[in-house]
Amino acid sequence: MTIKEIFDTMAYGPAPEAATEALAWLARHGNSFGHWIDGRFTAPDAVFETKNPTTGKVLATVSQGSASSVDSAVAAARRAQPKWAAMPGHKRAKILYALARLTQKHSRLLAVLETLDNGKPIRESRDIDVPLVTRHFYYHAGLAQLMASELPGHEALGVCGAVIPWNFPLLMLAWKVAPALAAGNTVVLKPAEYTPLTALLFAEISAEAGLPPGVLNIVTGDGDTGAALVAHPEVNKIAFTGSTSVGKAIRQATAGTGKALTLELGGKSPYIVFDDADIDSAIEGLVDAIWFNQGQVCCAGSRLLVQEGIAGRFHEKLKRRMDGLRIGDPLDKCIDVGAIIDPAQLRMITDMVAGSDGEVYQANTPVPQGCFYPPTLITGLGTASRLIQEEIFGPVLVSMTFRTPVEAVELANNSRYGLAATVWTENVNLALDIAPKLKAGVVWVNATNLFDAAAGFGGVRESGFGREGGWEGLLAYLKPTGKSATLKPVSAVAAPKTAEAPALDRTAKLFIGGKQARPDGGHSKAVYSPKGKLLGHVGIGSRKDIRNAVEAAHAAKGWARTTGHARAQILYYIAENLSARAEEFARRIKEMTGATGEAEVDCAIQRLFTYAAWADKFDGAAKSVPVRGVALAMNEPCGVIGALCPDEAPLLGLISVMAPAIAMGNTCVLVASDAFPLSATDFYQVLEASDVPAGVVNIVTGPHTDLGKSLAGHMDVDAVWSFSSAPVSAMVERESAANLKRTWVNNACARDWFSPASEGRAFLRQATEVKTVWIPYGE
Amino acid sequence: MPCQTARDIEPEGTLVQTHSPDIAAATAARTQLPQVTHARNPGMALDLDWVAAVQANTSAIERRAATLGGRRSVKKEWQAAWLLKAITLIDLTTLSGDDTAGRVQRLCAKARQPVRPEMLERLGMTGITVGAVCVYHDMVETAVRALEGTNIPVAAVSTGFPAGLSPYHLRIAEIGESVRAGAREIDIVISRRHVLTQNWQALYDEMREMRAACGEAHVKAILATGELGTLRNVARASLICMMAGADFIKTSTGKEGVNATLPVSLTMIRCIRDYQDRTGFKVGYKPAGGISKAKDALLYLALMKDELGYPWLQPDLFRFGASSLLGDIERQLEHYLTGHYSASNRHAMG
Repeated sequence: MTIKEIFDTMAYGPAPEAATEALAWLARHGNSFGHWIDGRFTAPDAVFETKNPTTGKVLATVSQGSASSVDSAVAAARRAQPKWAAMPGHKRAKILYALARLTQKHSRLLAVLETLDNGKPIRESRDIDVPLVTRHFYYHAGLAQLMASELPGHEALGVCGAVIPWNFPLLMLAWKVAPALAAGNTVVLKPAEYTPLTALLFAEISAEAGLPPGVLNIVTGDGDTGAALVAHPEVNKIAFTGSTSVGKAIRQATAGTGKALTLELGGKSPYIVFDDADIDSAIEGLVDAIWFNQGQVCCAGSRLLVQEGIAGRFHEKLKRRMDGLRIGDPLDKCIDVGAIIDPAQLRMITDMVAGSDGEVYQANTPVPQGCFYPPTLITGLGTASRLIQEEIFGPVLVSMTFRTPVEAVELANNSRYGLAATVWTENVNLALDIAPKLKAGVVWVNATNLFDAAAGFGGVRESGFGREGGWEGLLAYLKPTGKSATLKPVSAVAAPKTAEAPALDRTAKLFIGGKQARPDGGHSKAVYSPKGKLLGHVGIGSRKDIRNAVEAAHAAKGWARTTGHARAQILYYIAENLSARAEEFARRIKEMTGATGEAEVDCAIQRLFTYAAWADKFDGAAKSVPVRGVALAMNEPCGVIGALCPDEAPLLGLISVMAPAIAMGNTCVLVASDAFPLSATDFYQVLEASDVPAGVVNIVTGPHTDLGKSLAGHMDVDAVWSFSSAPVSAMVERESAANLKRTWVNNACARDWFSPASEGRAFLRQATEVKTVWIPYGE
Repeated sequence: MPCQTARDIEPEGTLVQTHSPDIAAATAARTQLPQVTHARNPGMALDLDWVAAVQANTSAIERRAATLGGRRSVKKEWQAAWLLKAITLIDLTTLSGDDTAGRVQRLCAKARQPVRPEMLERLGMTGITVGAVCVYHDMVETAVRALEGTNIPVAAVSTGFPAGLSPYHLRIAEIGESVRAGAREIDIVISRRHVLTQNWQALYDEMREMRAACGEAHVKAILATGELGTLRNVARASLICMMAGADFIKTSTGKEGVNATLPVSLTMIRCIRDYQDRTGFKVGYKPAGGISKAKDALLYLALMKDELGYPWLQPDLFRFGASSLLGDIERQLEHYLTGHYSASNRHAMG
């Protein structure tokens, strides 16, 4: 085109970013890579191709990690770990600082390589991905520096295995590696099969930062390599970002191994626009929500909910904005939407949209040949439509309307997922009312897809568990110091040959929805004292009783909206009533266990006081994020918590799990000590006398194996804890994969319930989800 | 319905509604006068419901503005062509207390020939002039004479520019004086106090009367956005001025503490889009003050192209109010031609 012609048409022209340096780096490695193990590259072996999705051309070949490559990487990480963890925090901080500086110094090379391998627009890799990577290492250099003074009593987990996806290859590496290293862990990371290159470049850069060999190891490969890493017995933690189906498989694979686990999975995040929103800004937000990274974003605002009265005009304006998006070569600096990661993904998107019964609008903008898909809006779908429920992972937005704020929340939460949510309104009352009601780990108010190392990111429901970023993210790479003894199974007293019958028969029942209830199955078992006295009968609860208890717990959800002060009052009242009957409870413990009970009752009363104290003091935080605005970290209740109570301390154990749960606003289903259940059944009388609303605490007696399975597999339970002395940890973790509820199990480690270590923040953190609410402001 | 109200009023001039690509029409329309290609905005009845419903989320607008530069880039011959386009959109301006006939004549000479002819020739372009020359009333006649034989209009700042606090009847009279002196465009200043006290009726009435006083001359309403306090006020004032018949809305006098910015521009042009959606009439946009770099000009053009489309890349709907921008563009053009960074002494002074 001549200048005159351009002058007349005012067209955009090509504005290519040079790929020279990135291609030269690949060439220096002969376009073929081994793994990065123990501070050096291994020889390429069993290679497969990694392609540029824009052109389909091969960029390099990388090695398919075998079980033995994973083995040597884990071994290297294991060897390096003690020294790395023993290093003063300041020394680790200096190396993380160097990593931050080096990613900054090599920022363009990293960005271009990312775009070549992934197909995302250079604007994004250059202006978003790489700067966030740098920021993550800066932030975690600070955490390494402060860890010793701010988190005493914690130590690194050991060797962490990280399995990351292809949509943000380098950024996800940073999210896993930075906190792991800051905390003193070593890492074996498996990048996605499609996008291994920036991880390998980062590995090479890490040597320049002085990272000791073995502290970071990269093993490339496909899902089998990832599975080998997940299954490796020497790995202490798995951090995974990826699909919900693989997340479930990892949950099952790691069940009972004692490996710590964090999962950041899929989503179908709602994007709610109220009729008083700045509509043009909300539409621009959608560009960042669903046409960012071709919509291949776990937290993409992919489900538009727009208030009915403005829907017509909103869609009209949205379509016009879509027409202005430019699709094409992602290395072009004037491109909004780049290439889809792979033809297989493109086919999946194409098929899903083709199978939709909604009204499909595709942007009126040129779409190049190849692995590209146009920005798409689908309206007219019902809540049951597959495209409303399932993650598409492409540039496809589905839209529905709502009438009222209540309906907006209902529709938003009508999903198996719970990763992120966006709310647009100019009404601060509405925004701050809606944000806590949304089932999501992250809520953006009048913005979308804001990220920062200081602010926790992660989901609830089938979007996974655990947070990345902030202090809460660091804690996922730490454990309390010290070793615990093995917990031995506690057995009930066997029936004597001849039992001494009680003076008057007394029936202990289940406690469900504030009422004493007979077990659904109609079975009971006798409880004897060690001296052979028949102490009474307890119901043998079944899965139906668990069902009823969970329903009752849900019906009591108003508890979450009560104030911390009110919950404290009730906890104090429970303590008061227990204190009034202390002698009786102590006697019961002695009768059942043979051991003196006074100390246990006394400690139980103290524990109630502890959590009454905490009820209004487990504060959230306002995070220091680099925007004009606040990012609030709000501690919200998990919801319904199911717990298998400790067998060995029948009263104190039950109270130690109940009190933190209800103090934080959860409702709970408690399965009493199987061996010594009568303290629990006595205790419901205390609950009845203490103004505890019906359904907030439900108590079921019966065998932990059966009841634990029902609880862990229940789709409407949000978290399950097991302190049972029965070997049920593996089963609980495995069953929890049904809805990916959070789990907290003892893995047969004994705990001293009388110790101060058995109360406080560790319990409160398990009883809460951190929700990050971003509220940019400014008029 | 405001929509009908607007259409009830017969547009002045010839209605040649152009739609994208609009290229043929715009190329033919070498004149800078808006009525040639688009129906002139007749205004509409004051719609206070619309004004009350205006929303402008500052941080979201700032984010969009901040990322625009990363999303759009023009290089090489595209950059040269866009910069030449930018020249044709400049209201070459001098608004100083020490302006004299000589100074204004020199400026007008520059306006006729903003780029060295030999450079233009190598760029394959001819007939490039700036969009208009913008002066105070007393310089209008000088400028008109100096621009004789060209189609470059003279714009006069008016109505007690820059503060707009002289007696109301004199402000209105000033418009007539300038029109009689030959100004074809009048840049009026609004009474900021009407915005700050939310006296929309007063703002509307004032703008209506000023528009009437302009007659055939086109009126650009200077909002002085740097003095309006909030983007929401900027949006409301933009709408009111368009409802009252402004041909252009313009950010600043150049004399406020903060002049044209991208967030303010985004706010105002979104209003222009909404106004067109509602009434069918296109209103022009003029950012003024603080745009002095070629790079900034490219960013503004990308903003106009992406938000409003091709018609707003033509002098009848878009102008830069600038005095030093031209110099930087000349240097960039020479860099394009020679590969060497240029110096200002190689280009004629304005």
